[in-house]
Amino acid sequence: MKQTNKIFRNIWLGIENVLMHKLRSFLTMLGVVFGVGSVVAMLSVGEGASKEALEQIRKLGSNNIIISAVKSAEEEAMSTQHSHMSIYGLTYEDYLRLSESFGNIKESAPVKLLRKESRLRERSMELRVVGTTPEWFKLVPRAIIAGRVLLSADQDKKAPVAVLTEFGARKILATENTIGQTIRIGGDEFEIVGIVKSESGQAGNIQIPDQQIDVYIPIEVARKYFGDVFMKITSGSFEREQVELHQIIAQVNNTENVESTAQAIEEMLKRFHKKKDYIVSVPLALLKQAEATKRTFNIVLGSIAGISLLVGGIGIMNIMLASVTERTREIGIRRAIGAKRRQIVLQFLIETVVLSTTGGIIGLGVGALIPFLITYFSGMMTVITLGGVLLPLLISMTIGIVFGLYPAMHAARVDPIVALRHE
Amino acid sequence: MADQPLIENDEIVKLDKAYKTYQMGMQEVHALAGVTISFKKGSFWAIMGPSGSGKSTMMNILGCLDRLTSGRYLLESRNVGSLDDDSLSELRLRHLGFVFQSFNLIPQLTVQRNIELPLYYLGWDYTRSAKRAEELAEEVGLGGRLHHRPTELSGGEMQRVAIARALANNPRIIFADEPTGNLDSATGEQILELLVNLNRQGKTIIMVTHEPDIAKHAHNKLHMTDGVIDKIE
Repeated sequence: MKQTNKIFRNIWLGIENVLMHKLRSFLTMLGVVFGVGSVVAMLSVGEGASKEALEQIRKLGSNNIIISAVKSAEEEAMSTQHSHMSIYGLTYEDYLRLSESFGNIKESAPVKLLRKESRLRERSMELRVVGTTPEWFKLVPRAIIAGRVLLSADQDKKAPVAVLTEFGARKILATENTIGQTIRIGGDEFEIVGIVKSESGQAGNIQIPDQQIDVYIPIEVARKYFGDVFMKITSGSFEREQVELHQIIAQVNNTENVESTAQAIEEMLKRFHKKKDYIVSVPLALLKQAEATKRTFNIVLGSIAGISLLVGGIGIMNIMLASVTERTREIGIRRAIGAKRRQIVLQFLIETVVLSTTGGIIGLGVGALIPFLITYFSGMMTVITLGGVLLPLLISMTIGIVFGLYPAMHAARVDPIVALRHE
Repeated sequence: MADQPLIENDEIVKLDKAYKTYQMGMQEVHALAGVTISFKKGSFWAIMGPSGSGKSTMMNILGCLDRLTSGRYLLESRNVGSLDDDSLSELRLRHLGFVFQSFNLIPQLTVQRNIELPLYYLGWDYTRSAKRAEELAEEVGLGGRLHHRPTELSGGEMQRVAIARALANNPRIIFADEPTGNLDSATGEQILELLVNLNRQGKTIIMVTHEPDIAKHAHNKLHMTDGVIDKIE
């Protein structure tokens, strides 16, 4: 009890001494302020980046494998020719093979994508039509806002039903009350049965499966009503494309099997496709990539922060050495009165630690402001964790001890007789 | 002879063939050149002599701020020559008080905090030391000045603070190094009066001065020249 009292008193004396020279103390701690500030900012940006990545992976589904149709390079070259029909992409066969012959795949959904002008009462806009199966909603789980999602009964009956996304619904002025009403998609009428939430955006180079203006219909219906051939009219010429499936999303039963399964799918597709008109994307790989990026990022920023902390520490050491010289007489007085060497060491060490820790606390504020500004101006996610606060504080205290030790030892070596005569 | 104690009961300090030697280039300089003397408890000594006579060195040695090159220094029953730096600090802290010519107060600290300084190192708690500082300030005639800084005080007042600080640890010996050197004669007289009073209360006082007017207040005078005792009055 008495011991802790003594420590607090020592610290208080240190604070008093620091407060006696406010401007000098402030300038002294600036180095640490910026050093700690950059550490805090770095940690929060790094943490935010990885959290953002995780968030995106979650949207993609971490056990999912997304196989997308792309135009092969050869097709791309041919398609400039007039009235050429490109045939590419995934097929129903691919989907069947995938869903039936891979033991590791728990769930899979075929996806057909097209854009159609849609109309609800007087309101019309272009929606992205997603022809898929009820499994989609297990693979891309989103909250239901109203009504229901697609059911296998819809699939069996080839029922013309549509599930809207929240954003699209708002755009086309559909509400909960709209459920049961009819929406025209292209030339055909569908019954609105539900509204779901949507996520959107990009995770690395993988497009998140759903978009904000999606409308989900049973794949059989999409096939029956819209067929597999699409026309694209581009500046005077038109091209035709025949694509059976635009995407297949598959969920693997175990995270450990994701990469090997993706490889097997790739092998399988290679055997059946003459051209490389598909891409197998693995969100998990993205996660690993994000982690690797974060590591690099941390190393680079960490060294910068480390250097500024070092500079800050040297700055403190410099000023403390000057302070020791300036206060030689004081040290002499204290020694004459009976202060032991280690008490002088402690006094100066505490002063340095108080300086550096105060600098650290101010730096924490500055460092918390930087991520805030980053988030405000660039929209990048930043997260300040408890560790991100404690670590810099610990570092600043350590700096005080490391860089305060030499000036403190210097102070203790002062000869009281000489010091008392010092002017 | 063998049974004779190193220091008598009524003696407080004793130097025995004390040498303090400095190396000045190729030359050895004896600041103390074989001094043997003992001071009685409760005495008031003035150490006199021209500058360079060794009186300051003598003061530093007796005040445990410095160590002898050879010879023996006994403070009561302690052989100071064999003590390490920490023990010397401890000795100063518990048993000695210092008053200097240039006051040597810490300018950043208030009068109270200056007086409390020895108590801080003695580990006294805040309330106890504040009370003690107040009493001491009263004793040296400084009541009401506790929260001023030394720079706001006159020379006489600063020396009173220094005396209060020297008394804080209730020392056995007070060392006064030219205590009136920076004061006008009237103020100097007052400060000396304080010291004389302290001596009456039983404190041993060892004062260094070169002014006979000041030295006349002491019971004993010791004249030094070239590191040896010239004359004892």
